[in-house]
Amino acid sequence: MSIQDIPGIFTEQGLKTEDLVVNIGPQHPSTHGVLRLITTLNGEVVKDMVPVIGYLHRSKEKMAESRSYFQYQPTLDRVEYLSSFFDHYVYVSAIERIANLKVPKRVQYIRMITMELNRITSHLLWFGTFLLDLGATSPLFYAFREREDIFKLFEDVTGARMMYNYYRFGGVNADLPPGWIERCRSFIRQMPHKIDEYESIVTKNPIVLDRTVGIGRMDQELCMKYGVTGSSLRASGIAQDLRKTNPYCCYDEIAFDVPVGTHGDVYDRYMVRMAEMRESCKIIEQCLDRIPGGDNQNVRNKQAEIDAAKAAAKERGEDPKSVPDLDPDWLIQGQKINLMTYKPPAGEAFTVCESPRGMLGCHMISDGTPKAYRVKWRGASFSNLSVLPELMIGNLYSDLMAIFGSLDVILPEVDR
Amino acid sequence: MYQPTPDFPEWLPRIFQKILDLFGLSVNWADWGSLLTVLWAVVVFTLIAVVAQASVIFMVLMERKVLAWMTQRKGPNRVGPWGALQTLADGVKLLFKEDIIPKGANKFLFTIAPALFFLPTFVFFGLIPFTSQLLAVALPAGALFVFAISSLSVVGLVLAGWASNNKYSLLGGMRSAAQAISYEIPLVMAVLGVVLFTGSMNIGDIVKAQQGPFWNWYGVLLTPVSLFIFFISTLAEVNRVPFDLPEAESELVSGYNTEYTGMKFALFFLAEYAALFAMSAFNVAFFLGGYFSPFGKFILELLTHQEAAQMTGPLQLGLQVEMLFWFMMKTYLFIFLAMWVRGTLPRLKPDQLMGFSWKFLIPLSLINIFVIAIEKFMVLPGGESVMNHLPILQPGSSLSSWAIWIVIAAVVFGGFFILMSRLLSEKLEARLAHR
Repeated sequence: MSIQDIPGIFTEQGLKTEDLVVNIGPQHPSTHGVLRLITTLNGEVVKDMVPVIGYLHRSKEKMAESRSYFQYQPTLDRVEYLSSFFDHYVYVSAIERIANLKVPKRVQYIRMITMELNRITSHLLWFGTFLLDLGATSPLFYAFREREDIFKLFEDVTGARMMYNYYRFGGVNADLPPGWIERCRSFIRQMPHKIDEYESIVTKNPIVLDRTVGIGRMDQELCMKYGVTGSSLRASGIAQDLRKTNPYCCYDEIAFDVPVGTHGDVYDRYMVRMAEMRESCKIIEQCLDRIPGGDNQNVRNKQAEIDAAKAAAKERGEDPKSVPDLDPDWLIQGQKINLMTYKPPAGEAFTVCESPRGMLGCHMISDGTPKAYRVKWRGASFSNLSVLPELMIGNLYSDLMAIFGSLDVILPEVDR
Repeated sequence: MYQPTPDFPEWLPRIFQKILDLFGLSVNWADWGSLLTVLWAVVVFTLIAVVAQASVIFMVLMERKVLAWMTQRKGPNRVGPWGALQTLADGVKLLFKEDIIPKGANKFLFTIAPALFFLPTFVFFGLIPFTSQLLAVALPAGALFVFAISSLSVVGLVLAGWASNNKYSLLGGMRSAAQAISYEIPLVMAVLGVVLFTGSMNIGDIVKAQQGPFWNWYGVLLTPVSLFIFFISTLAEVNRVPFDLPEAESELVSGYNTEYTGMKFALFFLAEYAALFAMSAFNVAFFLGGYFSPFGKFILELLTHQEAAQMTGPLQLGLQVEMLFWFMMKTYLFIFLAMWVRGTLPRLKPDQLMGFSWKFLIPLSLINIFVIAIEKFMVLPGGESVMNHLPILQPGSSLSSWAIWIVIAAVVFGGFFILMSRLLSEKLEARLAHR
């Protein structure tokens, strides 16, 4: 009896094979959270893939309807914990738009600086974990070294390393501490060299090229079909950056480029993110130069001068109000409001910003009560993740982590 | 001549005689010689096996320290001085862990798979010529036996992958089988050049043939390409980065050992490091002159003005210790290189892994064997071998032959590396240009 005679082994096409269904996740080292991918493998080739989401759903949108505006704000840090300044910005700016709150320029600049720094930390973490997915362990530690430096800067400003809760309606919680601008500047001057250091081991690494070039190509049509935004979209050649197209804060006063890729493959997405970190450095450097009032010590001195002048005027019997007040652009709170009980008037606003992962939007409807009527989030990760099966089918199983990693998806933002 | 084991040291019968004298017994050593030879092999193997395990424990610590140093961390520094007892603590932890066998697993195969994986790496230690005496079994076909045995460990991996009843493990096991088949070939072919030069497969003989200063070592001037191929293939053979596909943690969670816990996992872990140690040791034996010192003479020889062959008693013991020192230094050099590679490179994909072996390493090793055969067997007009005109240098060699060697070395090394870097950069450019 030969092997051909055994029933069930051979079909008319030859040796009988079966597809292998692998449940990747929700507990898996490189699904960046709790994503489940039901993957059908033919050998090592992916035949089908269905992402299953919702393992991290914490009803963030419903929570907004059951607590006051200010009480809801700290929970935003947990939505997108790698770049929570952006969530806060979008939320706060929605309220500011509904209530037409005045935002001083110094606040705008502080927000830009912190957001761009946060973009760098987010991209650094992406850089480390992306290469970890490719199997290189060292870059993660180098990326975390600089991330740690930025976290120290954040800690000085906000008191927290990751959960900042720093922005306020029409302002920020506290001014930058004295000397912070100089420290930030010296760090930002170092940063491009550090990025060179990362690139020296990765960008021309033959194995990295083998694993990334031409893999997971996403053409512009596909991007638009799935609503892909952010660096992944720009890597496909569309120079869509909300900081340029719909400037918010003071981005229209700053000169910066929008890095754009050509092929839309994993390698281009890598290159675009590395270039974006350099652009963020440029933005921060300009912001530090242009921030109204400059260092906190300067603002304090000016305030002390004004106070002294007012006291002197009072002593002379003149009206202290004749002495000019501190430039309103130097303040960190546009108008005094009681945050705990603050309620914007009835209205509706949709605000967006360019988060490290793409377009982050917040649609807020206020009915004039202390609680929001509805808060709807538009996270970039959700759309960016939805394109994954399209990119994976026909590719090798080993490409999964390269492609998935390059999309820079964070699951808490997908599930909210 | 068939020589199953090396000669036992001359002091061994004397010690036995002294012990026997205590009991008033006498023995005719001519009758007992072969038994002593076997006994010596057992003694040496036991000694080596125990010390090697300690060495492997040290290697785990070394790897963690080296990687920490490369990634600006401190590494283990809490258990014992300088973190020296960290691996021991980990071992104790693994010992006390619950031994879990998954429900759908084939219990018998699941249990013997780690042993099957561990066994071959253990056998290696009997074949490594640590010094001229510290060699358990000097097999006449040792070089062949090493690779025959090393292929066996793959059976353990595939079994572990299959018996775990886990899809990740299965994929890991399959990958390791494909990888082993691909990289055994260049591995053996790299050593074939050395065997050609020596005319023997006895690892001890191969080492002895490289006696002399470091430029006499095969890997330095005669077959540097073989060394290059062998090093890469050993990385693949022991599943090290960038060839660690069977346990690619970002894709396969932990590959073939996903379902293993406790001591079974520890066996896999130990065996991997032991295999890395053994492969580095063979690399040294085949290509870097084994236990010989790089200066042509042992330091002890230079100090005492005695030939190594004439040394006896404690002096001989000292010589053995020096040999062990040189052997370990060179072995740890390769181990360090493997760790360095791990700290630098990402992982290949399975298809690239196969492609690299079949499209690059195997053709390269075929060409290499061809070149070595020319070096060894080409006869000049007049019936003289080319080898005679490539004089193996001795400290007393003439200046001109030194100059010839330095020029040859520069051309061979420079040419090889320029060619490689040109090929690589061209490939990279092409890769980026045509996507």
